[in-house]
Amino acid sequence: MGIQKRKGTAGAATAFVSRGKAIKKLQLSLKDFRRLCILKGIYPVEPRNKNKAGGQLKTYYLAKDIRFLAHEPIITKFRAMKIFAKKLRRAIDKRMKEKEQTVRNNEPTYRLDHIVKERYPTFIDAIRDLDDALSMCFLFATLPKSGLYKSEILQLCRKLSVEFMNYVVESRSLMKCFISIKGFYYQANIQGQTVTWVVPHGFPQTGDDVDARIMTTFTEFYVTLLGFINYKLYTNSNLVYPPKLAIEKVNARDEELCDGEDAKDDYLETLTTALKTVVKDMDEDAQIDNFDDVDALGVHQSAEADRCFRNLFSKLKVFLNREVPREPFTFVLRCFGAQVSWDAYVFPGAAFDEKDTSITHHIVDRPVLSHKVINRYYVQPQWVFDCVNARRLLPVEEYFPGVELPPHLSPFVERKEGAYEPLSKEEMTRRIEEENEDRDADQVERQPPAKKAKKEVNEGPSPKKMSVKKGKPVKVDIDRAEKMMSAEEKKLAVMMIPKKDKRLFDSINKKKKMEKRDVNRLVKKREEIIQMKRKNLKSGSR
Amino acid sequence: MTGAKKSAKKALQRSKTPGELGGKSKNTSEKKAIQGKSKIQKAAPKPLFEEDDSDASSVLEDSEDPTSSEDDGAGDEADSSELEFESDADSGKEELDQGDIIEDKEKNEENGGPEAEKPEEELEDDGVSMTFWRADEEDFNLKSKVDLKKNKKKEPLEMSPQDRDVKPNGKRSASPRPSASKDEYEFDSSDEEDLRNTIGNVPIEWYDNYPHLGYDVNGRRVYKPVREDQLDYFLKKMDDPTFWRTVKDRMTGQNVVLSEADMDLINRLEKGKNPDPNMESYPKFEDLYSHEVMIHPLTARPEAKRSFIPSLHEKALVGRMVHLIKSGVYAKCWKPKKEEGPRYYNLWTEDEDPSLIRRLRSFIPAPKMKLPGHEESYNPPEEYLFTPEEEAEWHNQDPEERKLNFIPRKYSSLRQVPGYSGFVQERFERCLDLYLCPRQRKMRMNVNPDDLIPELPKPKDLHPFPAFCSVVYKGHTDHVRSVSMENLGQFFASGSDDCSVRIWETLTGRCFNTIQFEAPVKWVQWCPNPAIALLAVASGPYVHFVNPGVGDKVVLTNTDVILESLPESEGSAKGSGEWSVVTDEDLRKQGHRLRVHHKFDVAQVSWHAKGDYLAVLYGSASTTSLIIHQLSLRRSQNPFSKFNSVISRVIFHPTRPHLFVATQTVVRVYNLVKQELQKKLLTNCKYVSSIAVHPKGDNVIAGSFEARLSWFDMDLSTKPYKAMKYHDSAIRAVTFHRKYPLFASASDDGTVIVAHGMVYSDLLQNPLIVPVKVLRGHRRTNDLGVLDCTFHPTQPWIVSAGADATLRLYT
Repeated sequence: MGIQKRKGTAGAATAFVSRGKAIKKLQLSLKDFRRLCILKGIYPVEPRNKNKAGGQLKTYYLAKDIRFLAHEPIITKFRAMKIFAKKLRRAIDKRMKEKEQTVRNNEPTYRLDHIVKERYPTFIDAIRDLDDALSMCFLFATLPKSGLYKSEILQLCRKLSVEFMNYVVESRSLMKCFISIKGFYYQANIQGQTVTWVVPHGFPQTGDDVDARIMTTFTEFYVTLLGFINYKLYTNSNLVYPPKLAIEKVNARDEELCDGEDAKDDYLETLTTALKTVVKDMDEDAQIDNFDDVDALGVHQSAEADRCFRNLFSKLKVFLNREVPREPFTFVLRCFGAQVSWDAYVFPGAAFDEKDTSITHHIVDRPVLSHKVINRYYVQPQWVFDCVNARRLLPVEEYFPGVELPPHLSPFVERKEGAYEPLSKEEMTRRIEEENEDRDADQVERQPPAKKAKKEVNEGPSPKKMSVKKGKPVKVDIDRAEKMMSAEEKKLAVMMIPKKDKRLFDSINKKKKMEKRDVNRLVKKREEIIQMKRKNLKSGSR
Repeated sequence: MTGAKKSAKKALQRSKTPGELGGKSKNTSEKKAIQGKSKIQKAAPKPLFEEDDSDASSVLEDSEDPTSSEDDGAGDEADSSELEFESDADSGKEELDQGDIIEDKEKNEENGGPEAEKPEEELEDDGVSMTFWRADEEDFNLKSKVDLKKNKKKEPLEMSPQDRDVKPNGKRSASPRPSASKDEYEFDSSDEEDLRNTIGNVPIEWYDNYPHLGYDVNGRRVYKPVREDQLDYFLKKMDDPTFWRTVKDRMTGQNVVLSEADMDLINRLEKGKNPDPNMESYPKFEDLYSHEVMIHPLTARPEAKRSFIPSLHEKALVGRMVHLIKSGVYAKCWKPKKEEGPRYYNLWTEDEDPSLIRRLRSFIPAPKMKLPGHEESYNPPEEYLFTPEEEAEWHNQDPEERKLNFIPRKYSSLRQVPGYSGFVQERFERCLDLYLCPRQRKMRMNVNPDDLIPELPKPKDLHPFPAFCSVVYKGHTDHVRSVSMENLGQFFASGSDDCSVRIWETLTGRCFNTIQFEAPVKWVQWCPNPAIALLAVASGPYVHFVNPGVGDKVVLTNTDVILESLPESEGSAKGSGEWSVVTDEDLRKQGHRLRVHHKFDVAQVSWHAKGDYLAVLYGSASTTSLIIHQLSLRRSQNPFSKFNSVISRVIFHPTRPHLFVATQTVVRVYNLVKQELQKKLLTNCKYVSSIAVHPKGDNVIAGSFEARLSWFDMDLSTKPYKAMKYHDSAIRAVTFHRKYPLFASASDDGTVIVAHGMVYSDLLQNPLIVPVKVLRGHRRTNDLGVLDCTFHPTQPWIVSAGADATLRLYT
């Protein structure tokens, strides 16, 4: 027998460190520790056996992670910040103005560049984790400046989000978009990675019901990350960073509204103008080499479909009426190559007027229009989003102003067997009318059998006579019997599943059952709706 | 000094002090002063003066008197609008006075210039008065000067400031003087107050209806001045420039014109300034001490050493500063902060640090946010909207429980979509999840549930086994507790709670015989010996041996012969049972032959395979709950002197001299020959209800009230080879088929599950257990389902006894 092993010297006991111990080791306050964890992306880890790690009620971090944190140069900055706060407080309380100024001049600052690099060693890693960063930046871009949120970070968020949108427009990488009650969801394919983000509706958010410190810490990191990603994206796609407009001068009218350089910044926000490139005359799309392979055909086809999708709106000239939210719609339309404009007083940078005769589509979100121009379509905003999700230009009839819109479905729901699929609008109306007819037909059909039954009843009490009748062969539904048989066999086999697998088997079955129940509930509800509509239709027609 | 002069002075003094306090009191003091004046007027003719010539003031007073009194009257009304009507009533010689005042004024103006220019000259003229009044009250000053000039009195007077004050214009005593030097209360006495008007403290209103105001010292009436009419009043208002500062003294009925000094005083008080214009709030600092160096120290204490040694602390301070300056820290401190915006550059260059990637190998990425489904759309299909019930349920649920964290809504157009109030909260929660939520790498099992089902031979390949209910035996009126099959399988007996045992023919379902007992029948078992037809019946504390009266007649008669030839019971252990032969003819007709009486109710009987020994188990807990009877010797014995745990079942090994005793948790196997415990089978159950032994003897099954069925392979281990939990409720009975590889378990869920249990003679091959059929049919009564079951000895059939008072044959 070798040397006896002591308890707590190997395994989970040493691999995990509780939060309290970690704080003690790093000599930080809980607040600073949390901040560090947020910035460094360190998260608690659930040990497989908590008892072995040291108890049920604690949060555990990997000991390796904590050792890694101990070497973080930002910790010294945190300490410097603490001292700074102390000094500043003292200077303010003692009313030493000069001292205060000196202290303020020497406020410690830190940069998170190295952390970004550490957390995302490759560019693709960074893009993969972009979802939260984007959503947060887009949210912060709409927050009002307050004591909780400093204006610098809010402005920076706005700037970076506009840059990112410009990139998406420029690279035509938007894939899906969705109007939800929470906000606008967008999904883009950036460098082969799917990035999804959500932008709130254009209403004021306050953000004072949550812990602003945590939000700000996250945003601090996200801003750094998004900045570097923007830089890389712009430089990779031959664009100047920070973005510059390709045009030399802005509209005279807009220049009046906002002076000189500001106008150009505002023009970036319009998303309608092209950006300045580093090198001119680059091939926009690399051509796929022609191979005489069998597969090559498929590749070419998909590339062609992709190109078509990217230029979905390229032949459209769209005018946004003033009640239509400008930014999301400009963004989506521009991502697919449309020309977009709006009322000049809504936002600077309106390219053309409402009276322009070459406008093909006019997006309107009101039921009645005072005047109409004959050579353009007036459509409701949902048309744009539905077109993108359907990857083709949908017929505009269903989207005319004042017309009841077809349901707006989420493009993020994947088709799955057994899952509920809502009916399209045509299908719905067809079923309402069709079943109406069916019902009528049914009623006609059903009446005669009832009479027959009556007749049989009348014949019933005839006296029974002893007789031998020719026997009828009993019909055996072989399929059904076999089904029953196999079901029984399966049941018997299920009995013999070992306990270990039985739980898994049960949980899977339970989940399936729940799903099925949900689907059934939706189907039932739909049937009820159809019934009701049919009734309404009938009463309406009468 | 004359008395009049004194009194005037006193009045002045008095007026001064209260005057400083406030407007109202000042008024009264003024009145008093004026009263004093009027007194003087009256007194003037009297030879009161000691020095006629020399005392200029008295002369002055005399000459001034008329003017001044009129002056007062004129000034009275103008003072404030409040007093206007009162002054209307007054009468006097205003017209005359006005002229005088104007004259005075003119003179004042004339002298105003030169006075300022040549103070020296004036000093010579009237040095005392000039010096005193110069600073604060030019008007007054000038007037007095004029007066003096009028009277050609130019003798320099040596008087105290107070004296001088009074002298030029006694009746103007209302003007406040800064009383700097003398005691104000010197002349102040109450009896002197009434010199002018002696009415005392009587309110002046009392004289409103009289023509006089009061009385002088001599008791003569002091008359009110004549009232002026409206016209006069108006004219005065128009003409008199001092009208606005004229007030009426109610004590004397005279009008008093407030002097510039008075006005000044009022102004100062209104503004909250010090009433004394001479008072310097911030006097010039006069350095009295520091410029004169004292030659002697104030104390005799010797000077401390540190006072002449340079301070070390300061030295250190200076040294530090020098160091800081030299090292450039100071410069840095004062350098303003550089404006540094966020710089972005190409962070991801080609060279990647492999150490970073290595670290991230164990990184667990956070799961992405759930993507929105159709129900989150602003215009979802209608079926996704909540019904009122669903919405109420959503509100009642805890936020964590909810499937959706929002209520689906449908808006007919985009412009009606409101802002989502929980947006920030949602992002915040995501942030919390990212840094607070413990992560664990979990294998997502993409398991097809069908793969988990073990691959077993199909039941249809394992025929024969009972599958259908063929016969239902009805006749019992209560739960059928036990069933036992005859050796050949033609008949079987069933014991029931209705105190009867019935003998049935298996195939026809006909009840051949019914045997009644006193107590409910707990157990019946057919004797396995084929030579005799005997039934052991447990009912109450008795075990009855009954001749069933069916089957081969020879066997039946043989049985009776054998039973009668049995010797008398001898040598039974004490308390193990009392044997007795049934002699009652009725009972014998029914089939009763022998019976054994026990101390306790019997729960179970179990024949040895040869049909000679019979194990009996008591139902109630007892230290000696197991008795073994030997039929051939009519003898009983008690194998265990003491048995600690409660025995639930007992059974003999089919071939070997072994006894299986099932307690609540274990099955003990005793070797009866060696009289020792051979094996202990651990069932992992809490309440074993039944056991059965495979005909070959190496496998045992034990059913339990927890609905567990354990199969023991005695060669393998003492732990179950396989445990099956396919029943829903307690297992009541288990049994093996004697010929076919079948076993069955009867349960309170109303089913009998028949399973294929193949035991191979090859020791290396484990038994194959496949459930083949679930037999239903029995109805649950009083939470009891099937209470017993037994296989047909030769056919793959099974008979089950149900709590619904029926028996069923499945073939």
